Amino acid sequence: MTTRLALKNITKAYPGCVANDDISFSLNRGEIHALLGENGAGKSTLMNIIYGVVQPDAGELFINDVKVTINSPADARSYGIGMVFQHFTLFDSMTVAENIALALAQKPAEVSSAIEALRTTYELYVEPEKLVGTLSMGEKQRVEIIRCLLQDIQILILDEPTSVLTPQEAEQLFALLNTLSAKGCAVIFISHKLSEVARICHSATILRRGKVSGKITPGQTSLSTLTKLMMGDQSSVTKTECRAASQSFLTVEGLSTRAYPGDDTALKNLCFDVKQGEILGIAGVAGNGQEALLSALSGEINQYQRPAGDIRFNGQSVIAASPVERRSSGMGYVPAERLGRGAVANMSLVSNALLTCYGQGLLRYGFINIQAVQQLTRSIIAKFGVRTPGIEANANQLSGGNLQKFILGRELQQQPRLLIAAHPTWGVDISAQQHIYRDLLTLRDSGCAILIISEDTDELFTLCDRIGALCHGELSPLMAANQVSLDQLGQWMLGEFAHAS
Amino acid sequence: MHLELRPVPDYKWQYLSPLLATMLTLLSGWLLFAWLTDAPGHALYVFFIAGISDAFGLSEWLLKATPMLLCAYGLAICYRASLWNIGAEGQLLMGALVGSAVALEFLDSESSLAIPSVILAGMTGGALWALLAGLLKFRFNTSEILTTIMLNYIAMNLLQWAVYGPLKDPGGFNFPESALFSEATLLPVLWPDTRLHVGFLFTCVVMPLTWLLLAKSFVGFQIQVAGQDPKAAVMAGYPVKRLGYVVLLISGALAGLAGAVEVIGPLGQLVPTVSPGYGYSAIIIALLGRLHPVGITLAGLLVSLLFMGAELSQIEMGLSSAIASLFQGLLLFFFLACDVLIRYRIRFSPGTVTPQPNH
Amino acid sequence: MDLDLLASLLYATFRTGTPILLVALGELICEKSGVLNLGQEGVMLMGAVTGFIVVSQFDSYALGIFTSVLTGIVMAAIFAFITLTLQANQVASGLALAIFGTGLSAFIGTDYQGQSIAGLPSLAVPHLSEISVIGPAFFQHDILVYTSLAATFLLWWNLKYARLGLILKAVGENPDAANALGLPVLKVRYLAVLFGGAMSGLAGAYVSLVYTPLWAENMTAGRGWIAVALVVFASWRISRVLLGAYLFGLASILHLVAQVFGADISPNLLAALPYAATIVVLVILSSNQTRHKLFAPLALAIPWHKSR
Repeated sequence: MTTRLALKNITKAYPGCVANDDISFSLNRGEIHALLGENGAGKSTLMNIIYGVVQPDAGELFINDVKVTINSPADARSYGIGMVFQHFTLFDSMTVAENIALALAQKPAEVSSAIEALRTTYELYVEPEKLVGTLSMGEKQRVEIIRCLLQDIQILILDEPTSVLTPQEAEQLFALLNTLSAKGCAVIFISHKLSEVARICHSATILRRGKVSGKITPGQTSLSTLTKLMMGDQSSVTKTECRAASQSFLTVEGLSTRAYPGDDTALKNLCFDVKQGEILGIAGVAGNGQEALLSALSGEINQYQRPAGDIRFNGQSVIAASPVERRSSGMGYVPAERLGRGAVANMSLVSNALLTCYGQGLLRYGFINIQAVQQLTRSIIAKFGVRTPGIEANANQLSGGNLQKFILGRELQQQPRLLIAAHPTWGVDISAQQHIYRDLLTLRDSGCAILIISEDTDELFTLCDRIGALCHGELSPLMAANQVSLDQLGQWMLGEFAHAS
Repeated sequence: MHLELRPVPDYKWQYLSPLLATMLTLLSGWLLFAWLTDAPGHALYVFFIAGISDAFGLSEWLLKATPMLLCAYGLAICYRASLWNIGAEGQLLMGALVGSAVALEFLDSESSLAIPSVILAGMTGGALWALLAGLLKFRFNTSEILTTIMLNYIAMNLLQWAVYGPLKDPGGFNFPESALFSEATLLPVLWPDTRLHVGFLFTCVVMPLTWLLLAKSFVGFQIQVAGQDPKAAVMAGYPVKRLGYVVLLISGALAGLAGAVEVIGPLGQLVPTVSPGYGYSAIIIALLGRLHPVGITLAGLLVSLLFMGAELSQIEMGLSSAIASLFQGLLLFFFLACDVLIRYRIRFSPGTVTPQPNH
Repeated sequence: MDLDLLASLLYATFRTGTPILLVALGELICEKSGVLNLGQEGVMLMGAVTGFIVVSQFDSYALGIFTSVLTGIVMAAIFAFITLTLQANQVASGLALAIFGTGLSAFIGTDYQGQSIAGLPSLAVPHLSEISVIGPAFFQHDILVYTSLAATFLLWWNLKYARLGLILKAVGENPDAANALGLPVLKVRYLAVLFGGAMSGLAGAYVSLVYTPLWAENMTAGRGWIAVALVVFASWRISRVLLGAYLFGLASILHLVAQVFGADISPNLLAALPYAATIVVLVILSSNQTRHKLFAPLALAIPWHKSR
């Protein structure tokens, strides 16, 4: 076997942190190599070094045993390195062929025939004439991969490739990676999902705080060892037992909406309830009606349209109620976008506390009682372990995890009887995630009804008592979490509800 | 020379950048005068100091600032709500037009209701003109930038139509202007032997009220949340559209007030040249004052000085009075350019750019 | 309506529509790259006054038009530096450009206020111009009208079929992705803004050298603004810009039509008509948000910097 790529003693420091500290690993022809680590472990920096986005302070890179310096992504491509970023570099208003033609400096027609050629070699195909904006996430990812392959690459880097895919789409990706590997292409697979790494990767390098904390062969190493290598010794929230709760607090009956701005999927006749003291989880790939459901429940949708059907809090219909009225009847809401909905980026934490807590006696004759708001802000920060330079820090100065703890804390401060949370731990580091999980479980045990909408199936299985999925605006059956398999949930996420037992 | 991102924004430049912009404008003024005249120092003196060196000059300075400040306070509220109302000029003209129409009803009257009626009418005219832009925005999603600009031109033409038509003075030898208003409709003079009238007091009231609204009230907070982050405002349940209407009504009413105060203040009749672009200058003032009532007041006085200097240099040095808007444009350019210093620092030596770690 | 009148109406429509068309084409390219330049009114005025001064001094129309275009580019360069290099707010900078251009043009044009020149002669297309109605309506224009039509076609072709169109679209939709693909985002935006300035300068020349061959303060009377609005209501498509420009041309000569039919409406009210028409069209076209969303450049008016 030849070594495609070797990294020797790569070090990269930024003011205040060493992102990569003396990292070495190598990659053989046809090898699928996983790079594991939690957020902030230095995976992205390392990939940016390989792809020429940043230059290392020290260390050497070898490609096919020749020492190289990679100064730019264009350099990297000329060495046969292709990268698929987590955020796709695609243009929605252009066709597949145009997108690829733009990057390759070719004519769209030439690209179309090249795409046809790939179809036979790799069983990889997306219609060249389709607008990228109309494609699913899985198809978009395929366009990115096609673009790499058309540049004749030998090393493919995938950054968290499955985070946007349904389990079934992920299967297709794995099959494709195996084909690529069989044809001699080496793959670097960045992930923090241990199960999939164990399934498809030949080898793995684990990063922790910028250093290599272990090199293992997946499948021969136990999950608990892997977890320890990634996170150090931390107790984590493990799967909780399902509980049968009593009285329902939120009841949704026959909820239907028209298409909603930001998410063009309409809801079709949704019926479900959330009981006091239980967590209901709704899975699904983004764009299947989550936005519409969240805004219908929070009352935001009433700015645009009145949905059909009924929503009741504790038996009282709130379908016509505004978000303010719903809050005062006990609703708390943690939206998906932390900056730009949950919190105002350029406003201080004090202002962001006032944002939804104004009903907590913070106003006097329409004027803001600033001392009271500051007091409240301090108590949220202390109670929920928010790390911040101070109460006057702007929301965008906090890390994702800390901001999320703040937003959740702000909602919990209002002692909700129903909490709606969308993607509560998306993109936060593991310690914040554990913190948030514990807060949510404590809240549940105090008798609050909780609805979680998430794309992260691991998260749903860890937290939820009952689970269902949303697809094309329709809701699957809801079942106790311990009676649903991942495969079953995946079927539901694809809209195949009939398989429910 | 290149720009380097500061690790944290340096907020002292929020205060320094308007000052630096003013200095740069003065420097450009000196260069311009050096090119146009033999004694640039004297020209600068005429432009910026001679006009306000006596009591009458001071009064004229405040008098000129009055309509612009009234408009600018309103615009600041709009801009805090991210409503790009460019229409203060049109709203001011409508205020002048409607106010004058009412003032002409009091030609032979000595009623003490005359002044309040005119002022109320002017405010209503301005507010309705702004409301129109609001309706177009919130009902039909039409960009308020473009509609308010168009409404400015329409208001200008309506004013022309009025002074050439229905409001023309029958005994005025066919000049395009209204009859002179009666004593009862004219605002009393505040400072004897000058033209400074009680309209100036409106600015003294509106300024602290604007501050109170923006800095202390919950409505003001909601307005700013809606402006910075409409999605957060909707999430929190704030009535975003209603807030938008309120903001436009306030700013339209203030611009209308400015128009009414002009016609029953220094002008005493409706003329086609009610405003030499006060509404446009107010935009510059609002931005330069960083949308803060105190900053606006200072910026308003500066711009008012530019207007006076331009008039004086026209009389004394034969320069075009268009120099006022030239300086205003420069001032705003410099200001916008200097703002880069809040987030970036200028490095003169070639250095390496350190990108932020990207986790 | 007799045919001569129809011919002269069509002729006047083309003439009135041309400056709007020129500005709107430039602004369209500018906005496609993701930059909103609201200052075209000021750029136009500067183009108008400099072209006029050069023609009245040197009596050369070619030199005058060249000067106007150059002035437009210089004005746009100031805007580009402030918004692209210094990343200032594009809306505010555009307003500054409009106010600055209005003031500066009035200032340097003081000595020429109210003066007039002969005006650029028209070029009759051989043979075609002799056809009745069609000849006088379409083939007896000046060179700038023909230039504007050629520019329309060239831009349309480039946007639709050339790589240039793809690059422009990419930079205007997702500058981060475009940068990741190695496209020179800032350079593309600079060029687009400068092109917009050149077109506005040319439009200014058209107004002061051809349409009404004289100089008066503020003589463009909001045409720069209407052109910016036109780009929005044409949903960033060249064919609609062309159509819209001539529709506006027609709206602004309606007072002529009114006179012909003997309608007794105040000329001041009729003068407000184009602006009112602009609002009405904007309203009709922007109430359909999905359409708007489909065509608007996504990154419009958002500052972008490489180090982000």
